[in-house]
Amino acid sequence: MSALAQMYQAAILEHARRTSHRGVLDPADARQEGVNPSCGDELLVTLRLDGERVAAARYEGKGCAISQASASMMASTIEGRTRAEATELIAGVRAMLHGQGVADGLGELAILEGVRRLPARVKCAALAWTTLEAALAAAAAADTPATRDGDPGPGSAG
Amino acid sequence: MTDHDVARLRRDFPILERRVHDKPLVYLDSAASAQMPRPVFEAVDGYRRRHHANVHRGAHTLSAEATDMYEAARERVARFLRADDARGIVFTRNATEALNLVAHAYGRHRLRDGDEVLVSVAEHHANLVPWHLLAAERGVVVRGVPLRADGRVDEDAAVAAIGPRTRIVATFHVSNVLGIVQPLRRLADAAHAVGALLVIDGAQAAPHVPVDVTALGADAYAFSGHKVGGPTGIGALWMRPSILETLPPFLGGGEMIRRVEVDRSTYADIPMRFEAGTPAIAEAIGLAAALDYLDGVGLDRVWHHDRSLGRRAVEGLRALPGVTLYGPEGDDRGGIVPFNVDGVHPHDVASFLDAEGIAVRAGHHCAQPLMRALGVDATVRASFWLYTTEDEVDALIGAVGRAVDFFAPWRAEARR
Repeated sequence: MSALAQMYQAAILEHARRTSHRGVLDPADARQEGVNPSCGDELLVTLRLDGERVAAARYEGKGCAISQASASMMASTIEGRTRAEATELIAGVRAMLHGQGVADGLGELAILEGVRRLPARVKCAALAWTTLEAALAAAAAADTPATRDGDPGPGSAG
Repeated sequence: MTDHDVARLRRDFPILERRVHDKPLVYLDSAASAQMPRPVFEAVDGYRRRHHANVHRGAHTLSAEATDMYEAARERVARFLRADDARGIVFTRNATEALNLVAHAYGRHRLRDGDEVLVSVAEHHANLVPWHLLAAERGVVVRGVPLRADGRVDEDAAVAAIGPRTRIVATFHVSNVLGIVQPLRRLADAAHAVGALLVIDGAQAAPHVPVDVTALGADAYAFSGHKVGGPTGIGALWMRPSILETLPPFLGGGEMIRRVEVDRSTYADIPMRFEAGTPAIAEAIGLAAALDYLDGVGLDRVWHHDRSLGRRAVEGLRALPGVTLYGPEGDDRGGIVPFNVDGVHPHDVASFLDAEGIAVRAGHHCAQPLMRALGVDATVRASFWLYTTEDEVDALIGAVGRAVDFFAPWRAEARR
């Protein structure tokens, strides 16, 4: 099977089409836009937080199958996780996309590993996760305005 | 050109022998960067091996040789654009820098609050953002002119929009998305009637059609080396010398001065005034070799070849169910064909094609206002040049057909 066929295997297409976590939470505790300027993909991630836990997550936007699949998996995976667990997942996905292997606990997210063989598309898969990271950082900053420094911000999508 | 002619030309481009994902490379992204023929490598290599030194300074032999070669390259660019005075040629990094030079050197010093820059909605960002920067700094107003159904600038609307405050009319010569040639004479006359300049982004025209800046009525014309078979990092601006010589420098530094005191300086004559610092000497020499090559093939033949391939691609892609084409009907365009597979993001289509060894561009093509005018976020774009074969166009059509099938489950959902 080609790298491409692996990449687009049924699970990915299934995820890209899945609509269960599509939408916008309103009100939301965190609302974050993400964009890949080079390709014009746009994403809006909204989160509802319950203390340290992500109670609900939704995504909305336009983009390729890879970015939409990644966003769908991100939203469904992140629900019920603590912020610390989310941070760990974000790091795990990032490492996986950069060819550093699949960490334990990524579960179905391992499907995205195939993207590393399509270097031009890594940023598509990463968009949902960098946007989530920025959303959590913004929510944390809003919780404790006095410590608002050193925010990682959206950063680069690569 | 016959198949035999194209086959002969292809031997000059070693990269076309490459395989990608174990398939023969089908390079259909020449509008982004064209591939380089051997004579360009040889010119650059020959300069580096035998003549390299800094230009315009130094009394030694190598510096004199490098200077002669660099200035000969300038003369070569002038001939390519049918410009009678090479003092109007300024080497830049690319067309983008050339357009920024006009916006800075002319725009910042000649335009005032309320003056207008007229652009088409189909401009590449390189012919929009420099004017936006000028607008933010000088209170200049940037106005857009719509396109007609055939993808060309609506000349009636443009002429009607040109008024006493219009100072610059900026347009493409060949659209980087639609591949059509924009007639410029009427726009030139209307601009000149109110004392405005016609500034032309020629990045996509220079590789495909013969350019004559005088006949076009241009006041400034920009193009990039890497789209005409030359190296990256070199491009050129032609600006009417009678205007250029009245402008202040764009960048300051070595080579662009006449006399420097600690607290002030006077500036060199054109074109040196606009080439601060050591220029891209080898790249300029490579560009001249690329222009020799291109003129050797003949731009009339290249245009005919591109148009014939464009027609073949349009016919083949149109016959595929689930494929939407953009741009004019018929054979009214050169070798640039934008399309989408319905319900599938162009990046996904491009990745599919890449797996088949076919290189295309996917995205907004640095023309977001045009994407909005076309009602899409992005497109796939196949582009052809003098080395592209009919077989390669057919390979594209076949692969796009397979992409339609491959993404069928996804497309069925997208239609709902």
